Order: sequence, then structure tokens, then C-alpha cells
Amino acid sequence: MAAADSTDTLVSIQGVTKDFGGTLAVDGIDLEIRRGEYFSLLGGSGCGKTTLLRMLGGFETPTSGRIMIDGQDMADVPAYRRPVNMMFQSYALFPHMSVAQNVAFGLEQEKVVKSERDDRVAEALSMVQLGEYGRRKPHQLSGGQRQRVALARALVKRPKLLLLDEPLAALDRKLREKTQFELANIQVKVGITFIMVTHDQEEAMTLSDRLAVMNAGRIIQVGTPGDIYEFPANRMVGEFIGTINVFEGTADLADGSVHCPALPCPIVLEDKIAADPESQVAIGIRPEKMRIRKAGSAPSEAAPASNFLTGKVEDIAYLGDLSIFHVRLADGRIVQVSRTNTTRRRDEPLTWEDTVEVEWDPQAPVVLHQ
Amino acid sequence: MTDTAADRVADSPALSASRGRLIGILIPTAWLLLFFAIPFLFVIKISLSEAAYSVPPVSDFLIWQDGWPVLQATWANFALILDDPLYLQALLGSLRIAAISTLLTLLIGYPMAYAIARAEPGMRTPLLLLVILPFWTSFLIRVYAWSTLLQDQGMINSALMWLGVIDDPMRMLNTEFAVQLGIVYSYLPFMILPLYATLERLDGSLLEAAADLGARPATTFWRVTLPLSLPGVAAGCLLVFIPAAGEFVIPELLGGPDTLMIGKVMWQEFFNNRDWPVASALATILLLLLIVPILLLDRTQSRAEQG
Repeated sequence: MAAADSTDTLVSIQGVTKDFGGTLAVDGIDLEIRRGEYFSLLGGSGCGKTTLLRMLGGFETPTSGRIMIDGQDMADVPAYRRPVNMMFQSYALFPHMSVAQNVAFGLEQEKVVKSERDDRVAEALSMVQLGEYGRRKPHQLSGGQRQRVALARALVKRPKLLLLDEPLAALDRKLREKTQFELANIQVKVGITFIMVTHDQEEAMTLSDRLAVMNAGRIIQVGTPGDIYEFPANRMVGEFIGTINVFEGTADLADGSVHCPALPCPIVLEDKIAADPESQVAIGIRPEKMRIRKAGSAPSEAAPASNFLTGKVEDIAYLGDLSIFHVRLADGRIVQVSRTNTTRRRDEPLTWEDTVEVEWDPQAPVVLHQ
Repeated sequence: MTDTAADRVADSPALSASRGRLIGILIPTAWLLLFFAIPFLFVIKISLSEAAYSVPPVSDFLIWQDGWPVLQATWANFALILDDPLYLQALLGSLRIAAISTLLTLLIGYPMAYAIARAEPGMRTPLLLLVILPFWTSFLIRVYAWSTLLQDQGMINSALMWLGVIDDPMRMLNTEFAVQLGIVYSYLPFMILPLYATLERLDGSLLEAAADLGARPATTFWRVTLPLSLPGVAAGCLLVFIPAAGEFVIPELLGGPDTLMIGKVMWQEFFNNRDWPVASALATILLLLLIVPILLLDRTQSRAEQG
């Protein structure tokens, strides 16, 4: 993917490292971000995502490596000359200026004439549905309104690249969901490349065209939300994004199956395993890719020879649309299986302590590298 | 001002219980009443009396006539002050000298406070300690030391002559320059500390946001840092201006006969002329004049709290 032709690439991060007095916050990152893309940097706190974003904005200097934006090396370009704007996590609205003055500030620095400036401020404020609020001071606005002022202030300069530092973190859940869609719509409308930092995997999955999962200053995996969810590069990514059941076992290359001591029969994968014979591998299966039923209610009498397990229902979480079953295996480990509640009444309701059978298709398991 | 201070105390959640609120208002109010309002009423009383050969050297405020108290108040002291250009000149001179030295203190103190607030966190406390270190020595001694530095044969003149910058000693001691210098030197910490407090609290992401929006460092300073530090500027200016306007020691030790400051005049009235009523009237007028900047500060601060 990084080999896409260079006109398509807006941001090119080449071997960038940031050393904060002996700790590597960012450890040799290579990344290409395409024009017009909504890209997310996803990871837990301290993974280096914010430091990387701040280096793009010009607020930190890389210890080594190079950052190119639109073909231009950013090494000696101070923050105030970069074709980049940032939406700060705290929003950083100027408290002594009105909403309109906040939005106009960036245009004043560009010496945009007053009539055009007023038009663009009005346009930016109406885009975020704050057309009536120009005269208010930031402290007279709600959290969600402040967030939108910050967005308008960053977008009014029509940057090539917009950086968003945890843009939704300060909002409550309901507002966050609503704002997610607004943010995505605005991005499509203005066509500006967005790079967002977030620790919230759901947010990253919902909003991004592509995302990078980071850990300990490095990028673990880059891909579309679908790629990352369905083909996690390793166990850490699989466990960070969504829920995954992990089984360790020995690969048998003769028939492409994996023998796990925890399971009564081998796991057979559709994809061939590229591993040394007899080597230990970890297999991940997502809860929604497993089917659960009461023991003995199978259509055929014989137990399947592969991709099958039995256990007892330990816990049930009824979420309305889904039910999540915690199934305890014979050795005590818990497997999570989810089931969509497609009907209002179940013919065979599952309840606690029921013995259940769980099975899955050969395309469901994925090999997780360590 | 006292009301808002009391409100702020009462607003803190720990004291939100009504009893805590009451105590929070009562203590500063009682303090002000006991140590400011009541003594000041005495001063006003004296300012409305006549000088007399007695102990204390003022006429009785109330005299008893036929079993009834009769008020013996007179505006004569105020009339005298307003009539005699000497007093008005001293008052205006004090305000002028205090205003100029406050401005100089601000110009010197702001960059220092800014530098301390932007220094590495570990360096800030040592730097602040250096700012208040002069307080370890008596104020009187430090001002007196300046008089030896500034005199014609003092270190500054000898050094300049030795370097060949000047041929004859400059007259510095007993000039208004020396008074300004003394005030700026003595009151600089009172300017730096409130400025530091506001600048240190300033949200760094606001400065980054300004840079992000294309503002050069100088623009960021004028449009963001300075406006947001105005409460500190106002507090620092008041802390310097008010005591400087009534300053007595510095003009006495460093000023000449032509530097008229109200503190010196008050001293003369009080101790040399033993005219307590005129001295009290002067004190009353000075206080009334100084209330104006305090009210202005109160307004800027309440505006700053809103926005």
C-alpha cells in the first residue's frame, strides 16, 4: 500500500524517531498518508500517537527521520508556516475572543481582506451549525459547541492537512456518536486529509478510511478497519480491536490443521499456515464467527471432527441486539460467543449452566503472530 | 474587592456548607473592620478636628454643652490642603512618580516573570527565590545602600570615571531619578510575583493554537499572552503603585529637597509640625485618590473571570 504513486501521497513519514531524554516516544516510524484520506492513529496512552501528531503539526522536532508534507520537507518549517491545522484535545479556544474572532484569527494572520474574511468565518460557522453564535464567548458555549468552534477555526484556513487530537474525548457518549457522523460528513464535504489520534477503537473504526495501530512507539499494523478487524497482524492488535478468542496449539502442516490442547478436536483453517512444522501458533476466532447451540440439538448425531468445542454457559450478557455467552471449557478457560437476536422468542433458550456445543467455519480462524 | 474575595472563598466546594460560608465571610470582614475601618474612622475624626496643645495634640471631637454632646467638626484642614499649592503639588508629584516607576517596574518585571514562567519546571522555584531574596535584608538598609552607591564619590560614579565614560561625577543622589530607581528596585518583586502567577497558569496549548493558525511568536504575544495576563498586570501595578504613592523612606533617603512626595509631607506635618489633623486629612485624601485604581482593578478582574 505504501507503494501507491507519489502524487497520491500527501504525508510521508520516513524513519521518524522522537527521543525524550532516553525514552523513545516514537521509534522509527514509516508511514504514508494519502490525499483526502481520513486516517487514524490508534493506541493506548503512551504509545507515541500524540507525539507523532505533534511532530506533524510542528510542535515537536523529530530526533531523526524526515516528515514530508505535499512533497516538502518539514524539517525547518515552524508550526506557523505549515500548511497544516490542528484541533487540540482541549480545543484551545482563545477565552478572551468571541467565537467569530477565534475563527477569524487564522485568516487575519494570512492577511485575508476583511470582506472575504467575514464571508469565510460565516461559512465555517454555518458548516458546524453555529451560525448564530459568532458573538458568544467560548465560556458561554457547551462542550459540544466548543468542539465545533475548534473544528471551524481549524478548517477555515483550508489546510492541506487537519490534525485532530482526541477530538471527541471530552464529549459524553450520546453526543460523541452524533458528532462522529458529523465529523465524517464534514471531512467528505471539505475533502481535506484528516489525521486523528484516538485511544477509542470504536471511534477509529467508525471514522477512518485507514488506521494505524500503535504500541510502544511503533506501528503494529496499518490497514482499513475491515483489514485490521478481520486480519489482525498479531495478538495485541486482535485483542485491542474488539474481542477475540485465542487458542494456542501446534501446527500440523500435513493437513493445515492446528492441534490445541484446550480443544477436543483440531482447528482447520481455510488459509494455509505459513509456519514451521510442529511450531507453536496462536489462532484467533472472533465471537460472532462462532455458532452456539444446546448440546444434543445438532442436526447430525456424530460430533464434528474439527472446528468444534463443548462447554458450559458461565455467563450471559444480553445487549438487546446481541447476546454474549461466556462458555467455560473443561480446562476452565472462557470462550466468548455472540449470537444475534434475530427473533423475539427463542425455541431453545440457552441459560446458565447449560451444556453447549460451539462450532465455526474454516474461514473463521485467523493466525495471530506474537 | 473584599466582597468578591469572600465570595470566592465561599464558592469553593469544601466550604459550601452554609456555616463554612458564614465563617468564610465573617473572618475577613471582621479583620477589615477591626484593623482597617475602625482605625480609619479615627483618622477621619482627627482630620475633622483642630490642632491643640494637648495629648493627643487634637481638640476634642465631641464636647458636652448643657448635658448634650455637640460635634466640633471642621473642614478647615481640607480647605487648607486644597488652598495651599504645596500639598497639591506633593500629591500630584507622588502620583506622577508612582505612575512612572510603576510603568518602569512593569517593563522590567514582565520579561522576568515571563522568563521564569517559561523556564524548566525545576528551575522556577530557585528563580522565584532569587526574586524574593532581597527581602532577607532590611528594606531600610537596602535603600540606604543605594545612597552610598549613587553619591558623587560612590561606586557608580567612580567606575564610570575610571572607564572614561564621564569626566565629572554625575549628580544622581538626591534627584528624582534616584527616587524612581529606589522604587523600581524595592517594588520589583511585587510586580513579578502576580505576573508570574498569571503567566504560569496560562494554558500552553493556546500559544500552540496561535502558532498553528499562522501567528508568529510576536503576534502570539500581543494577541494571546498579553491580553490573558492583564489581570496579573493590573494586580502587579496596584501592588507597586499604591505603596509607591505613599512612599516615605525612599524619597527621604534618596530624594532631594525638590522631590515632593506626599509621604514626606505627611511625616513633616505629623512629627515636625505636630499637626495631626492636617496629616490625617492628607491621608484621607490620598486614600480617596487610591480607591480609583482599586475599583478599576476590580472591574478588570471580574471581567477576566467572566471571560
